[in-house]
Amino acid sequence: MTDRPDIRAAVERRLKRRHAAERRFRLYGVLAITVAVAFLALLLGRIIEQGHSAFVTHSITLDVPVDAARVDPAYPQGANYDQMAAEALLVRLGVDANTADNGRAVRDLLSPDMGFQILAQVRADPSLIGRTVTIEAPVGDSADLYFKGEISRDTPEEQRVLTDQQIGWLDQLERQGLVEAHFNTGLFTRSDSTQPEMAGLLGAVVGSALMLMVTALLSIPVGVLAAVYLEEFAPKNRLTEIIEVNINNLAAVPSIVYGLLGLAVFIGWMGLPRSSPLVGGIVLSLMAMPTVIIATRAALKAVPQSIRDAALALGASRTQTVFAHVLPLAMPGVMTGSIISMAHALGETAPLLMIGMVSFVPGVPEGILSASSALPTQIFIWENAAEAAFHERTAAAILVLLVFMVVMNAVAIVLRRRLERRW
Amino acid sequence: MFGLVLICLAVFSAATYGLARRKVLQAAHGSGTRPHSRPKYHGAHAALWAAIPALLVLVGLAVAAPRIITAVTWADLPAAAPSVEPFRSQFQYDAEAIAAGSIPSAVAYSADQRAALAAHADRISALSGMLRLGGLVAVGLAALMGGLYAWSRARPDYRARNAVERWVGGLLFATSAIAVLTTLGIVLSLVWESLRFFQTVSPLEFLTGTHWSPQIAIRADQVGSSGGFGAVPLFVGTFLIMGIAMLTAAPIGLMAAIYLAEYASAFQRAWIKPLLEVLAGIPTVVYGFFAALTVGPAFRAGFNRLGEYLLGGPLNDLGLYLMGVQNQMALVAGVVMGIMLIPFVSSLSDDIINAVPQSLRDGSYAMGATQSETIKRVVLPAALPGVAGAMLLAASRAIGETMIVTMAAGLQARITANPLDSVTTVTVQIVTLLTGDQEFDSPKTLSAFGLGLTLFVVTLILNIVALRIVQHYREQYD
Repeated sequence: MTDRPDIRAAVERRLKRRHAAERRFRLYGVLAITVAVAFLALLLGRIIEQGHSAFVTHSITLDVPVDAARVDPAYPQGANYDQMAAEALLVRLGVDANTADNGRAVRDLLSPDMGFQILAQVRADPSLIGRTVTIEAPVGDSADLYFKGEISRDTPEEQRVLTDQQIGWLDQLERQGLVEAHFNTGLFTRSDSTQPEMAGLLGAVVGSALMLMVTALLSIPVGVLAAVYLEEFAPKNRLTEIIEVNINNLAAVPSIVYGLLGLAVFIGWMGLPRSSPLVGGIVLSLMAMPTVIIATRAALKAVPQSIRDAALALGASRTQTVFAHVLPLAMPGVMTGSIISMAHALGETAPLLMIGMVSFVPGVPEGILSASSALPTQIFIWENAAEAAFHERTAAAILVLLVFMVVMNAVAIVLRRRLERRW
Repeated sequence: MFGLVLICLAVFSAATYGLARRKVLQAAHGSGTRPHSRPKYHGAHAALWAAIPALLVLVGLAVAAPRIITAVTWADLPAAAPSVEPFRSQFQYDAEAIAAGSIPSAVAYSADQRAALAAHADRISALSGMLRLGGLVAVGLAALMGGLYAWSRARPDYRARNAVERWVGGLLFATSAIAVLTTLGIVLSLVWESLRFFQTVSPLEFLTGTHWSPQIAIRADQVGSSGGFGAVPLFVGTFLIMGIAMLTAAPIGLMAAIYLAEYASAFQRAWIKPLLEVLAGIPTVVYGFFAALTVGPAFRAGFNRLGEYLLGGPLNDLGLYLMGVQNQMALVAGVVMGIMLIPFVSSLSDDIINAVPQSLRDGSYAMGATQSETIKRVVLPAALPGVAGAMLLAASRAIGETMIVTMAAGLQARITANPLDSVTTVTVQIVTLLTGDQEFDSPKTLSAFGLGLTLFVVTLILNIVALRIVQHYREQYD
């Protein structure tokens, strides 16, 4: 309207500044998202980097003479098979001097698993005493790390767990073709052990599965029915309001408090067995229930009122309407919500620490009442272990846990895509 | 045993279903009348009456029986039993273990004590056998009476559907009452155990004391054993880490939410939101592992190098300090926890920003404001209460978060505001006090419940306030 150049210039200057501010603001947003996504990539990348090596392991094949003079056929478990294996290995290495130092140094390269395997064979077939058995067993954890290149020759000798002599032996074994790299099936077929090379996840996976079964059996039916009550039947009164406020607050109670509840009520008061998948499952189901309730209520809300009206108009009772029409139509939403909350429960750790699922459990749990560990607590236990070889196994256990969670979430997403209805 | 009774009960209940259904059908056929309810409702009614009362009796007995046995036999332990605690209780436990067919403890008893133990175990197993038999009879009677009652009602004119629906209604109410029972259980168990703790340590001392070393207070008779239970250092550590976490999560989460809500295209949203959800779905133990083995060493190396660089300069002392920084520090735990909270903050804030009516934005644009000016001057002020609520919820999660701090923060209870120090938090101490083997009743173990109660109360208040704010905010624009 006016054509005063000074005003125009001032406006344009200001406009430039304002547009620069606009671009800056937008950039902050992009930066924030970049930081979050970059962190996700870093996290996953680091865990894959640390964990992938645990899926490969090295084993050694050795001919061990079972010395008849040292094995009592009536009491085969009394013999020191580790020592026999170590001596056999020294012979292979061409080391004559069988001193105590040499024996210890070479035994460190082998896993106690070798001794266990010899014992098992001798027990099954006592005629082996005095003959030579061929055993394939994992190498010791330090030797495995050396073959994977994680212990370097260049580190000063006093700063690494293997001596120059041991490294020389390992190189010699590799040249002789006694050592072989292969997929670490033991990670999935063995349970926890104090020896990293013999430690696996089977016990933890079974424990987690048992626990999740208890959680699903308790929290899904109860949660769905509670949601049905609140959404379809509950009268609008004080009591209903209390229940609703309660559920919303329960969803935000710190998980460790649920662990304290489990410890005080289920273990202390009811006397259920400590460390058992039953107690873990009950505690997790109490935690998962609010999520199941909230998801189910959302799914029930999405069912249009006309469905209910139609059923009621045809003479169905309210119960019949809900259970024959509304709930089946809400089922896809209920299922996705339940699976996602189960995936969440699978990764929950803190309450399980409270109810004693951090104790060392060497075998596969037999049932929901026997002591057991779970995948997330196994990660916690291994993370605390001193041996470097447990670090890669911790990362591998995380990868296994994440795979389970991804699969569950993927199932939920597929279900949602397949079954979701738009009204 | 328990399982067998359950199966019998299920079979009996199924049988009454079939019988009642047939009875009604035949009666309707015979009289030519049309039954009020469909036959399956008559069957279900009978099955419910046959199963539910018996089930209640069964569960009640299963819970009560061990207590009854202990109470009765504890009252008259044999004279040969040890007279001092805890051996007296151990004697009882061992007798119960023998009676149950499991292995007793390795306590060495004298010969007459061993004989008394065997006799006591026999009495316990006799009593439990009697109780078991009585229980079986009671369960059977309950099932039979329930079934008979329903059988007598199985007539064509009986309103079986209404009766069944009353049962269903009761069941539905019971399930939603479990949520309240859970809260009640949490509150009662925490308060009960805390009360026992506060008998040895005064609440005032617990909440205001500045010295935390529960490890030394193992013996009950120890002089000044209560000196170790001042929780202030834990509160300081908790709030320090929460502060760092919120300083990380709040700006990043809020900016991410603003970008997603106001700038991002549908395509960008479709990619970024799931990625953030993945970040939210990663278990906290994984974040803890990452903090302990990647972020901690990286930060330490960075600070050590910075310290080296500062050595000899005007900031020599600072350099020396930085050279000595360890892996476990408040900063590492706080930053990683902040990253964990980003998706939580951003998804809540995203919802809240989206709830601001479009008309407010349109008004601002019409006045010539740019998009960022609209966001800063109109949208954010309108969304402020909701965003504040979201931040409170995030803070409450940061306070209650356990695994990251357990794995990355450390155990030193000290009052400090230095983010490079190793601090400890309420949750870390609960974990440390309750993992591993220790007796259930020592003040050391009970103090964990005192901490748990404090944690529960603080997070509950934060949640209630936050939920109120968010609710109120939503209503404002609905």
